[in-house]
Amino acid sequence: MATRGFTGRRGGSEETRERLPPGQFLESGFPVLSAGPTPRIQTDKWTFTLKDGVRPVKRWNWDEFNALPQTKMTRDIHCVTTWSKFDTAWQGVLVDDILADAGIEPPTGFTLAHSFDGYTTNVPTADLLGGKAMVALRYEGKPIAPDHGGPARLLVPHLYFWKSAKWVNGLQFTQKDELGFWELRGYHRYGDPWQEQRYTND
Amino acid sequence: MRWQTAVVTEIVRRSRAVSSFFFRLPEFVPFAAGQHIIVRLTAPDGYRAQRSYSIASAPETTSHVELAIEKLDDGEVSPFFHEVVEVGDEIELSEPVGGHFIWRTQDGGPVLLIGGGSGIAPFVSMARHRALAGSTAPMLLLFSARTRHDLLFADELAELRDRQDGFDMITTLTREASPPEGISKGRIDAGTIAAALARLPGPVRRIYICGSNPFVENAAQHAIDAGVEPGLIATERYGV
Repeated sequence: MATRGFTGRRGGSEETRERLPPGQFLESGFPVLSAGPTPRIQTDKWTFTLKDGVRPVKRWNWDEFNALPQTKMTRDIHCVTTWSKFDTAWQGVLVDDILADAGIEPPTGFTLAHSFDGYTTNVPTADLLGGKAMVALRYEGKPIAPDHGGPARLLVPHLYFWKSAKWVNGLQFTQKDELGFWELRGYHRYGDPWQEQRYTND
Repeated sequence: MRWQTAVVTEIVRRSRAVSSFFFRLPEFVPFAAGQHIIVRLTAPDGYRAQRSYSIASAPETTSHVELAIEKLDDGEVSPFFHEVVEVGDEIELSEPVGGHFIWRTQDGGPVLLIGGGSGIAPFVSMARHRALAGSTAPMLLLFSARTRHDLLFADELAELRDRQDGFDMITTLTREASPPEGISKGRIDAGTIAAALARLPGPVRRIYICGSNPFVENAAQHAIDAGVEPGLIATERYGV
């Protein structure tokens, strides 16, 4: 159904339009969205825990985690609220390298990411491996600002950005696909921007 | 996502930059105060733009849904509403979404609602819900706007406060040299929040903060500094 009088403000080149998933627009700023206040996390209190079910596999403190191999990744990101941002530059530890350091193969096909503020989000394990995802420690060459998820946030750029959990403090392998915070509140279980999987039944 | 084609039945100017748009839906969908709705506009060639707006009407009001839309000059959707949309137009609306920023009468109180500018919209829904449902849960609305021309829903909220049944309101204007009587001057700071918390008849059960990201960050930080447990604070940020 066309909306009377609406033409839209497309703008941008053909290349820009092709890089935007359906229903998204290009944003030059970096909007902040989150369900609660920004936690102020001191890096000397920071830890990251890898768990298989309830069993902790390995825990790193800030210095140990920063000593893991780091990778740079520049990607377009897409927020479910319809803004997209191109060429965001991150640096951090690939999930592959976290598992390698822990000396384990992924035990299950489902992962739940946990954050300091109690936030959770579920991502299929396969979407975290093969260089597709990292725990980001730097954005545009600098430490990540607290309101953007610093000191460390998950980065899964090929899925809607709520999957890239701010203030991440652990990954947990689960036996089945367990829904996270937004996934329990009406948002899509998987969240592929190119399939426009925004809400539960999309 | 379920979408319905709604008809604009009324447009009411609320302030310099904000107008309320009233929509009649083919089928009313129950919601909770604090939830939002997505508006979807489609161009003749299929191009779409969609934005979320908090519902301002009460869940008890089933004849229409009210969205208070602030005109953002560099926006794509809000200028369209302010400049093009007329009564009788058909607009696509989603079912209500959002599950963390809601208040139901059974959630009780005391609750503190902190709104900046058009961020007051979900709180209007909560205050109306509270009144229509006959709740006496203590609810204090702390509202910050720029000038007297940016006050929204002021008469209606004053009426609710004057009932003296547990709904209270503090208004502060940030860019008004001499605010009208009963309205204070300045930005929300640690003192404002501490005073608001002290005005509640008991320990705060939940704090809801809605507005621009800098407004929300600032208010949340002051609340935490005032000793509020971060887990009690729910935020809704109007990013774009």
